[in-house]
Amino acid sequence: MSPYFVELGPQSLWYLLEGAGRTLWLGIWAIALGTILGILLGCIRTYSRVGAILLAPLIDITRSVPLIIQIVLINSALGISGFFWGPFVVGVLVLGVYTASYTSEVVRSGLQAVPDVTKRAGRALGLTGLQNFVFIIAPIAGRIAFPGWINVVLGSLKDTSLVAVIGYVELLRASQIVITQTQEALIVLAVAGGIYFVMCFAISAVAKRVETMQR
Amino acid sequence: MIVLNNVEKRYGSLEVLKGVSFTVETGEVLSIIGPSGSGKSTILQCMNGLEPIQGGEIIVDGVSVHAKGTNLNTLRQKIGIVFQQFNTFPHLTAIQNAALGPRRVLGAPKKEAVERARVQLEKVGLGDKLDHYPSQLSGGQQQRLAIARALAMEPSYMLFDEVTSALDPGLVREVLETMKLLAEDGMTIVAVTHEMAFARDVSTRVAYFDAGNIVEIGPAREIFANPAHASTSAFLSHIQH
Repeated sequence: MSPYFVELGPQSLWYLLEGAGRTLWLGIWAIALGTILGILLGCIRTYSRVGAILLAPLIDITRSVPLIIQIVLINSALGISGFFWGPFVVGVLVLGVYTASYTSEVVRSGLQAVPDVTKRAGRALGLTGLQNFVFIIAPIAGRIAFPGWINVVLGSLKDTSLVAVIGYVELLRASQIVITQTQEALIVLAVAGGIYFVMCFAISAVAKRVETMQR
Repeated sequence: MIVLNNVEKRYGSLEVLKGVSFTVETGEVLSIIGPSGSGKSTILQCMNGLEPIQGGEIIVDGVSVHAKGTNLNTLRQKIGIVFQQFNTFPHLTAIQNAALGPRRVLGAPKKEAVERARVQLEKVGLGDKLDHYPSQLSGGQQQRLAIARALAMEPSYMLFDEVTSALDPGLVREVLETMKLLAEDGMTIVAVTHEMAFARDVSTRVAYFDAGNIVEIGPAREIFANPAHASTSAFLSHIQH
């Protein structure tokens, strides 16, 4: 072994796990922000024509420009404007808005899939518009939208790796560092991939449980 | 009592109701029959304000449905309606479906709402399906659930909008039986229907509706035995053969 490199060992695995922790931490915040914002945007786009028109550019841009470019551009724009919020906050913001625009699409299709006659039945009982939304429309739409939202969550969790470009050391960046140190690309990438798999598989498994529970 | 006074309804340039007038007396069963697409269902949807009207007036127990100050949510509490398409709430069990109205609209305590729901579900013969979801029920059972859900509000009127039209032939009878039971209980019913046996044998009066207006209205036996209008007898002879 060349003196310039480090032996692959437990400390390498520990370093990867720390990276995985940061992936999760960033993912949780970005997904939470994206989900709350996405539900809000989805409702606005479904129920307000003006809102839909005003929001269209935001949705189109965030969905059409590669996320990595968005991250770099927003980070630079914030820097130029004097806001040095660090890679975590910028990552949460950009990935959160990106998640929100996809989530809003899923929410919108869920709301639109609730049959007209079901909505009418609710109003015919004497429910107010708001009650009808809370007790009938939202729960039905939520069940329809749930699998699509899980797709968005899994995508966003993996997209946290792109925040590495502005210096956030998450799982993928951590594995690149370990590869540079040890020159063991194959093993390190396999382990990193395995960790991503475990995280995503756990989420899908829980989602599947929730889906069968709500039938 | 429900009074329709010269009711006009348009969808764009399409005139659906062209000055419809008739009265539904308390305790009677009125069947509205007529060709498909003639606007029969629209009448029911106007009665509880689900559809706006462009002219005339509908008065339910002295309250003008489409007047500006009318609280439709309050008015709808006493007008139950069941639609042609299955319209139960798919995310709720049978008992939850039927308890929702009493609980959320009438503000009944949960226990009382559930009790009211259970009584009505038993009445329509779903006493053993309380915890079933609509997806686990047949079409006929779903329609009976929709009836029970409306009944749990203890309405003064029940509107039936071709409730058997989407059902397999084998399931029609159980729903008609339930409606008949209600009629015998003295419920005021307006039923848009293609079930001529129901119109003839269960209803007190029958209205023949065609091309946006009531052609004739009268005691059921009379309409079936001696229709006054040529179009009524043409419709009846066509549908009965």
